Amino acid sequence: MRTDTIPLVRSARPVLSPESEPVAASAEPVTGAEIFVRALEAEGVEVVFGHPGGAVIHIYDEIARLKPRFQHILVRHEQGGTHMAEGYAKATGRVGTVLVTSGPGATNTITGIADAYMDSIPIVVFTGQVPTKLIGNDAFQETDTIGITRSITKHSFLVRDVRDLAWTIKAAYHIARTGRPGPVVVDLPKDVLLAKAPFAYPEEVHLRGYRLPGPPDPERIREAAELIAASRRPLLYVGGGTINANAADLLTQLARKARIPVTTTLHGLGAFPEDDPLSLGMLGMHGTWYANQAVQHADLIIAVGARFDDRVTGRVDSWAPYAKVIHIDIDPSCISKNVPVDCAIVGDVREVLEQLLPLVEPKDTKEWLAKIEYWRNECPLTYEKGDGKLRAQYVIERIRARTGGHAVVVTDVGQHQMWTAQYFRFLHPRTHITSGGLGTMGFGLPAAIGAAFGLRGRSDWPVVCISGDGGFVMNAQELGVAAAHRLPIKVAIINNNFLGMVRQWQELFHENRFSHTDLSDTNPDFVKLAEAFHCVGLRATRPEEVDAVLDEAWKVNDRPVVIDFQVVKEELVFPMVPAGASTSEMITKRLTPNAFV
Amino acid sequence: MQTEMDMPTLTPQQILRKRKAGEPLLPGELEQVHRHTIAVLLENTIGALIRVVNLFSARGFNLESVTVGETDDPTVSRMTIVTTGNDRIIGQVLRQLDRLIDTLHVEDLTGGSFVERELCLLKVRYTNETRAAIMDTAEIFRGKVVDITPNTMTFELTGPTSKIEAFIKLMQPHGILEVARSGRVAMRRSSGSWLTHEDPILNLSSER
Repeated sequence: MRTDTIPLVRSARPVLSPESEPVAASAEPVTGAEIFVRALEAEGVEVVFGHPGGAVIHIYDEIARLKPRFQHILVRHEQGGTHMAEGYAKATGRVGTVLVTSGPGATNTITGIADAYMDSIPIVVFTGQVPTKLIGNDAFQETDTIGITRSITKHSFLVRDVRDLAWTIKAAYHIARTGRPGPVVVDLPKDVLLAKAPFAYPEEVHLRGYRLPGPPDPERIREAAELIAASRRPLLYVGGGTINANAADLLTQLARKARIPVTTTLHGLGAFPEDDPLSLGMLGMHGTWYANQAVQHADLIIAVGARFDDRVTGRVDSWAPYAKVIHIDIDPSCISKNVPVDCAIVGDVREVLEQLLPLVEPKDTKEWLAKIEYWRNECPLTYEKGDGKLRAQYVIERIRARTGGHAVVVTDVGQHQMWTAQYFRFLHPRTHITSGGLGTMGFGLPAAIGAAFGLRGRSDWPVVCISGDGGFVMNAQELGVAAAHRLPIKVAIINNNFLGMVRQWQELFHENRFSHTDLSDTNPDFVKLAEAFHCVGLRATRPEEVDAVLDEAWKVNDRPVVIDFQVVKEELVFPMVPAGASTSEMITKRLTPNAFV
Repeated sequence: MQTEMDMPTLTPQQILRKRKAGEPLLPGELEQVHRHTIAVLLENTIGALIRVVNLFSARGFNLESVTVGETDDPTVSRMTIVTTGNDRIIGQVLRQLDRLIDTLHVEDLTGGSFVERELCLLKVRYTNETRAAIMDTAEIFRGKVVDITPNTMTFELTGPTSKIEAFIKLMQPHGILEVARSGRVAMRRSSGSWLTHEDPILNLSSER
């Protein structure tokens, strides 16, 4: 077996299709650093989120010299950079780009890469590397980046020869973007960036081991249409794959045509307008009672671009016990991974829905919808009002009222995230960005910044970051980036001076032992923190102040606004399926006495 | 003795799902775990090999035996993987392997007819009294002496795993000094090369 230290032989390289002319080229040999910059231009990259360092200093030199068409955003921490690339990708549907140096630069991107892997977000992370001769010598700022990232990337490349650089960059973007999207790491040794080669950026690459789903099987689609026609209690279970495939409009048409109620996952929010009577909101651990009841009583579940995550299914063997399952997904490895399905359609969700839609007839689901209405009235989403205390749910409802749902909402992870999912009532795809699979605290602020860069020139909808006090602090330094670029993002900190979701578990399952979740001693003054970063800082502590503070925040157009919403700490996210319990066993209200009341 | 009271209430759908996954229906029922031999063609690089092996540890799949070697095409190597699991897990193993960009072809040989062989080198102590008996046994197993010293013999033996294991067992009383086994290599019996039909769920078109 050949080792990687020997340069790849020619035939191992991807075959360029013969008619494919390079889209950009120069016959004169140029440095790898210049090839890198030109390749990104040729790829149509708009924004690079990066941080310089020794191993990539030549790329930064070329950025200064060549003044490329893409904009480089200097981030304050590489983790922030990866989340920005994720936010950019989620908001635009384009591939996000990150550029960092070797060693700590690379290791700081790990959390963002893992996050993008779990949530199928297309990003390409370029990491500097020590010169190839020093690899393995424990050189200064050396880490085995490919080794460390192997299980959290869709694919990764170590470029050992400057002649491989251009096609590798092309391949990285191709892999990140196509099929089930995901992160790709390209490791760039310093000597490769200094070596010279002629530049030719191929229009396309063919990787012999990279297989994409072909057109969906029409037989399976007919089978699905028959299952839908035969069902009496059908339910659409919609995930983020629907939004990735830009298929929200078709999904909405399908649901309305066949009168099938729709529940979405956390990442599916926005795929179906939540003001439609057919919408049941989110399902799963903190989904609505009525969505989960519908799951447990449905006789057919149509899973669209969803992966039967444990936060959705709870105890998997008691999930949807009466339902046949149709699963539409682009990733064959998702099929029957957690729940064996009755009809699997592998393919692009948009293509599948295009073909399924004409085969589905309008259905009479009145009885089923009436049953769901009964559940909706039995246990609606609600919280205590009128006691003069400020609650997160109210803040979220007021932000929703102000924007009319025409905003891109980016959340962090925790209670505020679940309340946003429950109460914001999303209308449009790509307007809800969050860290779902990995549950990365610290995701919200940088992802909102990335989304704001993505929306420039595309949309004038505001970017609203809803964060918790715990998660906000984890990447608060990126406020400096938002301020430097005068991004008018609104950051609503739902501040209960606690790690709220952990506190909730401690109250419900650990007898009120609030072990290391109280932040009141360590939290900063968020208003002052905002001001120190040249942002506007505002504060609200009572419900009647919320609208006025939002008024003030929405008047600011030339810099970020951070609003410290000081909410009650005792509030819990309900309803809730305890971890590992059956979806039928939802807790709908506080059962144990509250230690703080 | 199972009483009706102990039996979990399962809906027809739940029973169907458990059957499909090969999971036990009743408490005490054994899980239907099968041994599968999987052949994988992959890029002939260390990185590709690590990716495949890493997949097994990262996803918690069993890995009973793994062998790898270059094929007639020096850019392609071939792995033979022996793993165990129920139908759901084996399905996952195959699709996750297929999802790797460095794998070119994945084929589950189990279920069809295939040849499986292992190579074993075994060093055993002998005396003048045991020499004939050892040689007789080796003869029966078609073992070949590849090295001999005044008191040890090294045999080369190929065959299915069961044969290798039987030989090792018979040599044990004589005092085995060392055993080196290659792990299993396997190939489908037929005139064709690779199966043309793939997992119907995969529905993949190669970019090739």
